[in-house]
Amino acid sequence: MKKIAVLGYGLGNVRSVGNALRAIGANTDVSHDEQTVMQADGLVIPGVGAFPQGMANLVESRLVGVIRNYIDSGRPVLGICLGMQLLFDKGTEFVPTDGLGLIPGSVDNIPVTPGEGRLPHIAWSAICPTEQGRQNMFAGLTDSEMRFYFVHSYAATGVKPDNLSATVSYLGNTIVAAVQSGNVWGTQFHPEKSGPSGLHLLKNFINNC
Amino acid sequence: MRVIARLDVKNQFVIKGIHLEGLRKVGDPNQLAKAYYEAGIDEIVFIDAVASLYNRNNLFSVIQKASEEVFVPITIGGGLRRLADVEQALDAGADKVALNTAAIREPELIQKVAKQYGSQCVVASVQAKRTANGWEAYMESGREKTGVQVLDWVRRLQDLGAGELLLTSVDQEGTKSGFDVPLVQAVNRAVSIPIIVSGGYGQPKHITELLNVTEPSGLCFASVLHYKTATVDELRKNIELAQASRIK
Repeated sequence: MKKIAVLGYGLGNVRSVGNALRAIGANTDVSHDEQTVMQADGLVIPGVGAFPQGMANLVESRLVGVIRNYIDSGRPVLGICLGMQLLFDKGTEFVPTDGLGLIPGSVDNIPVTPGEGRLPHIAWSAICPTEQGRQNMFAGLTDSEMRFYFVHSYAATGVKPDNLSATVSYLGNTIVAAVQSGNVWGTQFHPEKSGPSGLHLLKNFINNC
Repeated sequence: MRVIARLDVKNQFVIKGIHLEGLRKVGDPNQLAKAYYEAGIDEIVFIDAVASLYNRNNLFSVIQKASEEVFVPITIGGGLRRLADVEQALDAGADKVALNTAAIREPELIQKVAKQYGSQCVVASVQAKRTANGWEAYMESGREKTGVQVLDWVRRLQDLGAGELLLTSVDQEGTKSGFDVPLVQAVNRAVSIPIIVSGGYGQPKHITELLNVTEPSGLCFASVLHYKTATVDELRKNIELAQASRIK
């Protein structure tokens, strides 16, 4: 049984991520303990909330180095929502804040004309995978199954085409829905809350571990 | 648009009434939640129907079980009073908390929860009842007047950091006679956060009547699902048809 560490850093509903991983047969531990994390076959960085708080919690829990070491080991990492956003160079939510700098790009507010659209983007949205996405995290899903649950007001920008796994259209904007850089995957949506399609993506992740 | 199942729970049973009163048992909350998940529901809202009256909450064990077998967003409401209650609800596996009575008594609670856990987990629950010149917000499961105008209140809730609104029409709730369309339209105009509409659905034409005028971000269904009058797929189809006919 694959052992997946879910990084606990005091933000977000980590129980949901653990429950979803258990439902597809993984052994999971919510942890911020370096040894537990380093022994796992895969690492999930969950998180909901604001970018500066997320980064501050990672720093305070001394997890920045742990994440870097884990990624250097070549094992699979999946960042979800804020956990994905923190992988980028910086975020501009509330105050400009440096991110982990593991994937080139920035995390900025979704542009919305007042009166024309609603934020946060809380919806089940159909995503548009890139070829790279189809071969990796979305492998085995049909087009009609590529529908995931999003909750966010900020999104990654300036992402290199090579790192892009999927986009989603919202209020006329093409928004980054998923990214990949080597062994590091990131989803803006919540696979653990996206029904059978989300569980399928998580299975693809643990099959990689 | 999200199709959401609303389960009002009392003493471990899902119950259903009219105007949020006159309650009747309709099933086990976990069995129903699982069945709706398997039928393709987008989200599930559990409301503890009595908690805010007696200042207690017995829904956490239901949520804990649901979060192990239902992989869509789960909202819990009813009887959450303090930040510590919210923490307990999220720990049990809820993704969002719906706050009404506590928010009216202490509006800053919305701000505190948003700051601590993010706006995305704060659902401001608004129970609206028609008055001569608008709508008044009610609390304690639609039993108590607050003297607060709904349109003022929803703007304030947005400013305090609510991530979305769960808008229930106390007049329409459980009547199967249609949504309060002017209410949804007025609230939709007043705020720019997503709105979930609850209360009044009876038949497909009610969705058309609503969507011809205004479009919320989600619709909550209770009786129609509990009594198997319609399936999740049928409701979704009705929404799509209503959206398509409006575009023409």
